[in-house]
Amino acid sequence: MSMPAIKAEATAVAVTTTPPAAAAPVVTMTPKQPPRAEKYAKVAKETAVRVVPPLVVVALLMLFWELVCRRTGSTLPPPSKVFKDTKELILDPFFDNGGIDKGLFWHLSASLQRVAYGYSIAAIVGIALGTLVGQSVWAMRGLDPLFQVLRTIPPLAWLPLSLAAFRDGQPSAIFVIFITSVWPIIINTAVGIRNIPQDYRNVAAVVQLNPLEFFSKIMIPAAAPYIFTGLRIGIGLSWLAIVAAEMLIGGVGIGFFIWDAWNSSHISEIILALFYVGIIGFVLDRVIAGLGKIVTRGTSAS
Amino acid sequence: MQAYLKLDHIDKTFTRGNATTEVLKDINLTIAKGEYVSIIGHSGCGKSTLLNIVAGLTDCTQGCVLLENREVNSPGPDRAVVFQNHSLLPWLTVYENVKLGVDKVFASSKSRAEREAWVMHNLNLVQMANAKDKRPSEISGGMKQRVGIARALAMEPKVLLLDEPFGALDALTRAHLQDSVMALHQKLGNTILMITHDVDEAVLLSDRIVMMTNGPSARIGEVLEVPLARPRKRLELATNPGYLKCRQRVLEFLYERHRFVEAA
Ligand SMILES: Nc1ncnc2c1ncn2[C@@H]1O[C@H](COP(=O)(O)OP(=O)(O)O)[C@@H](O)[C@H]1O
Ligand SMILES: [Mg+2]
Repeated sequence: MSMPAIKAEATAVAVTTTPPAAAAPVVTMTPKQPPRAEKYAKVAKETAVRVVPPLVVVALLMLFWELVCRRTGSTLPPPSKVFKDTKELILDPFFDNGGIDKGLFWHLSASLQRVAYGYSIAAIVGIALGTLVGQSVWAMRGLDPLFQVLRTIPPLAWLPLSLAAFRDGQPSAIFVIFITSVWPIIINTAVGIRNIPQDYRNVAAVVQLNPLEFFSKIMIPAAAPYIFTGLRIGIGLSWLAIVAAEMLIGGVGIGFFIWDAWNSSHISEIILALFYVGIIGFVLDRVIAGLGKIVTRGTSAS
Repeated sequence: MQAYLKLDHIDKTFTRGNATTEVLKDINLTIAKGEYVSIIGHSGCGKSTLLNIVAGLTDCTQGCVLLENREVNSPGPDRAVVFQNHSLLPWLTVYENVKLGVDKVFASSKSRAEREAWVMHNLNLVQMANAKDKRPSEISGGMKQRVGIARALAMEPKVLLLDEPFGALDALTRAHLQDSVMALHQKLGNTILMITHDVDEAVLLSDRIVMMTNGPSARIGEVLEVPLARPRKRLELATNPGYLKCRQRVLEFLYERHRFVEAA
């Protein structure tokens, strides 16, 4: 190797570090490895710090709710009554008596399935259209105003139209999910593509990547943080929309379960369903956020 | 002199709306194979624009770039660029960054194993083999620039284009990298076109220094031969009369005849 200066430095560094290196074992031996129990205690403490405050808040709210709704003549049941009324639903989410008389698991899984279909289509179409709009000035000029108008239409306003088009509840609900969640995905993807640094484009040009390679090797990873922001907003909106859409289309699904419970005045069941809807919405959001974190590892820092 | 890379009557005018700025005016330059040529000039005179034209990343308004007597007007690995701000792709490791170009350029001429060995060979050249699995965010600025150099070298370019490659580095790292580039040039005999705004760097590294006048309509004001024997040693040159004379010439050009006038 003909790099004298660097070599010289390398040896110099080696020389200076030798003595401490020889002494190193002694140094590393002295502080004992923290015992396992201690490590667990630390983890437990960190978890407690995060988990205890919300638990306390929830407990206080429950108490407040219990006190307020316990009075006779209260329109809403207190938590104790909710639990008593819905015990069977909680304990056996898997029963299936045919029709829509099913356990909560089946309702939730039907809703999740619709969301999965609608949202997957929205993700694919959204990323593709977003890429087009972000990449091409003319596509942006043509499509952007359209998107800006369409995205303000409330999800449920699409439902009658899609029922008219598909003549069936299932595809209509999926369409509503799609049309609700596709806009943030398109818009965020487009912003991400537009923000790809010129440097990366130059690198791709020098290396002569073809359009397909450019898309998969530069565009998608460079825009990934933006795309995942869109995907995350999208999943939240889908979950918001599905409950409302199912109330109208009927059949198996958590939305219609709530509507049905309201019609038969099972207020406790509504409350239980809301609890599940909230938890699942939260989990969906976390899943997409976690996925985004894994995929964009290293992308944001430059 | 046998022309290897030739810039032939290049003009460049930027048009934005109905405002036009003539940045480069009638640039003529001939570079021989294996030559190390630096372009020096004040900030904003159009050095990067000129390099981008050679790289094919920007189209020139008039004139043409000839490489081995053939016109080149689109980017390609035969004119690999080392960018000022490294431009490594942050989601790829050091190894993958270099491999991106290698896989494209040698897709048919080298086997998979050969390509992998070639990537490692080039990382070794810039002494970055140890960091091959690191991501750009985990290595220092100087190391990033080394990887950028490896990425460019690995494409076996006919001409290596360097746009202020050491501009963003601290003085010690910069000296270090200058020595590395000098050694690589010595060893591999690349034809190099480098942009710089550092007079010492230009004199130390180049066979010829191209001095540009201030823009707009920047021209080549003067071309200076640097008649110093290679290999050059930084410390010995500090007192070498030939070195000092060259340095003086460039300084005079930049700071007396073509003083930088702050755009009003
Ligand atoms: N895309 C562009 N559109 C309009 N003007 C540009 C563009 N790129 C560069 N310029 C102008 O050209 C001049 C030269 O820029 P540049 O080549 O980057 O200078 P240098 O690299 O010598 O500092 C500057 O005045 C800059 O404003
Ligand atoms: Mg520049």
